Amino acid sequence: MPEALMKQLGEIFEDALVACEEGFGEVMIEVSKDDLLDVMKQLRDHDDLAFEQLIDLTVVDYLTYGQDEWATTEATSVGFGRGREESQAVKQAWQRERFAVVYHLLSIAHNRRLRVKCFVKENRPTIPSVIGIWASANWYEREAFDLFGILFTGHPDLRRIMTDYGFVGHPFRKDFPLIGNVELRFDAKQNRCVYEPVSIEPRVLVPRVIRKHKDETIYVAAPEPGGKDG
Amino acid sequence: MAEIRNYTVNFGPQHPAAHGVLRLILEMDGETVVRADPHVGLLHRATEKLAESKPFNQSIGYMDRLDYVSMMSNEHAYVMAIEKLMGITPPKRAQYIRVMFAEITRILNHLMWLGAHGLDIGAMTVFLYTFREREALMDAYEAVSGARMHATYFRPGGVYRDLPETMPQYKESPFTDKKKAEELNANRQGSLLDYLWDFTEYFPQCIEDYESLLTENRIWKQRTVGVGIVQAERALQLGFSGPMLRGSGVAWDLRKKQPYEVYDELDFDIPLGKTGDCYDRYLVRVEEMRQSNKIVRQCIEWLRKNSGPVMLDNYKVTPPDRETMKHDMEALIHHFKLFTEGYCVPEGEAYAAVEHPKGEFGIYLVSDGANKPYRVKIRAAGFAHLSAMNEMVKGHMLADVVAVIGTQDIVFGEIDR
Repeated sequence: MPEALMKQLGEIFEDALVACEEGFGEVMIEVSKDDLLDVMKQLRDHDDLAFEQLIDLTVVDYLTYGQDEWATTEATSVGFGRGREESQAVKQAWQRERFAVVYHLLSIAHNRRLRVKCFVKENRPTIPSVIGIWASANWYEREAFDLFGILFTGHPDLRRIMTDYGFVGHPFRKDFPLIGNVELRFDAKQNRCVYEPVSIEPRVLVPRVIRKHKDETIYVAAPEPGGKDG
Repeated sequence: MAEIRNYTVNFGPQHPAAHGVLRLILEMDGETVVRADPHVGLLHRATEKLAESKPFNQSIGYMDRLDYVSMMSNEHAYVMAIEKLMGITPPKRAQYIRVMFAEITRILNHLMWLGAHGLDIGAMTVFLYTFREREALMDAYEAVSGARMHATYFRPGGVYRDLPETMPQYKESPFTDKKKAEELNANRQGSLLDYLWDFTEYFPQCIEDYESLLTENRIWKQRTVGVGIVQAERALQLGFSGPMLRGSGVAWDLRKKQPYEVYDELDFDIPLGKTGDCYDRYLVRVEEMRQSNKIVRQCIEWLRKNSGPVMLDNYKVTPPDRETMKHDMEALIHHFKLFTEGYCVPEGEAYAAVEHPKGEFGIYLVSDGANKPYRVKIRAAGFAHLSAMNEMVKGHMLADVVAVIGTQDIVFGEIDR
């Protein structure tokens, strides 16, 4: 149960936890970069925790978190013609470090999961590699490096994995355009493939909208036993 | 005497045993593999980034195209993650339909795997048999969603529509004469459930047939027994899941351990391997097909007895039906908003995982309260499995590489994403 796990984590790690939260029945802890390896090792080896498996490792880029696309001229030259009052809430940019490295752990012995988060700064995105603790981190860290440009110190083989040989940039960062920067075509004259700047324009079909419903249960409020036939 | 040196062999990406677009750089010592370095990403479509630029519902179709031999299982995890964030639970009937199709998908996947794996190691016949049964299940997909593969059938709040009462029929054509058409239509006279029931009646015998071709086959055993052994401890370290983990003897199945939908109401067993070699994983998957067959039968029995809604009746998430829209202004507005803007998912993050035919398939969803996901991370089982390729083939012969690729049940749609 989440509460029991949270209590255990609090007792074992004490001050090393920057945050310890529960949401949707899942427990999330946040640790600082310096404590990461110690905490991870404990998470695997401590008998009451025993997270034998690193299920997933990923990165979240918080650059545009909480920003919508109502500034229509930026999204498309024609703008989205729809009536809507500008929200009164002050739009706040993300206040913390830009990247979060997110680890999903699974304990087979105790049948529970844990999410570990560690924030990384934009200008020096380095973080210790957990490859010595879980072997499965190898490719996950390569992928995170390839797509987000996070540098995992201590990784023995930090090569690109998903993108093309010789690719420039980190495509899953929020400031990398969806259409990319270059396009590839075969040039018959030179008899080889050539890269050129993209010839298409970015376009947004559905603008990003953020609506905060006053009633949190708006989606749940189906009349019981609720539903309709096919 | 000539000096003996190591050779580097380029395996794939265009190779029939590479199961798609795997490029393997193999360092060989004679015919023994010293090091294997898989190069992936040739099918990378940036599904995760694409999903960030679309309303939630529009990405369901992309999920089908991840692991393109177990389509609905992918949708399942994605839809469950959205439901978790929104705090909605689909009606019971929808859950049974989902479980039934998840298990049909498992059979589809394992049939594909068995056929291809057999073909890789030289057992041609089994491929022809498994694709015959796959065809029957594809027809079930088509009857329920209109598409043979990329169904987009699961939606947040339920499934797109109820099971059809009639099955599509074969017609007389230059390729099918009248007698043949009647023969093909024999088990399509009733509803989809009747058709599937008929399938579950004859399918166990089909599994017996595959087994009689392979299980005691001397060549099959020579090629799989003792090949690609992974100890249980190591399998956990390497992030294995699904049949790859169970083949090594770890009793772990999300359907039992962390039951979702209605799996806790169903009766089935989890097969386990012992040695963790290719042969054990073969036995595990074959037994899984039998168990899936059993689950499908239980679902059919339940679905026959219990009718009811298959989608939530909440227009904030699910579209109103056509008839209501004709006379209800509210319904019309809801329909318009849903299909132009979509719904806004409350701020938060959630991880939803299903027991996919290949292992644990999870979706980590971060929402900032918008109508599009802020970040979607797809946890594909095959990615972790393939990363262990080097360890599994080291010291084996070149021909065993093919057996190991086969046993990992690799599909590049999900590995490259």
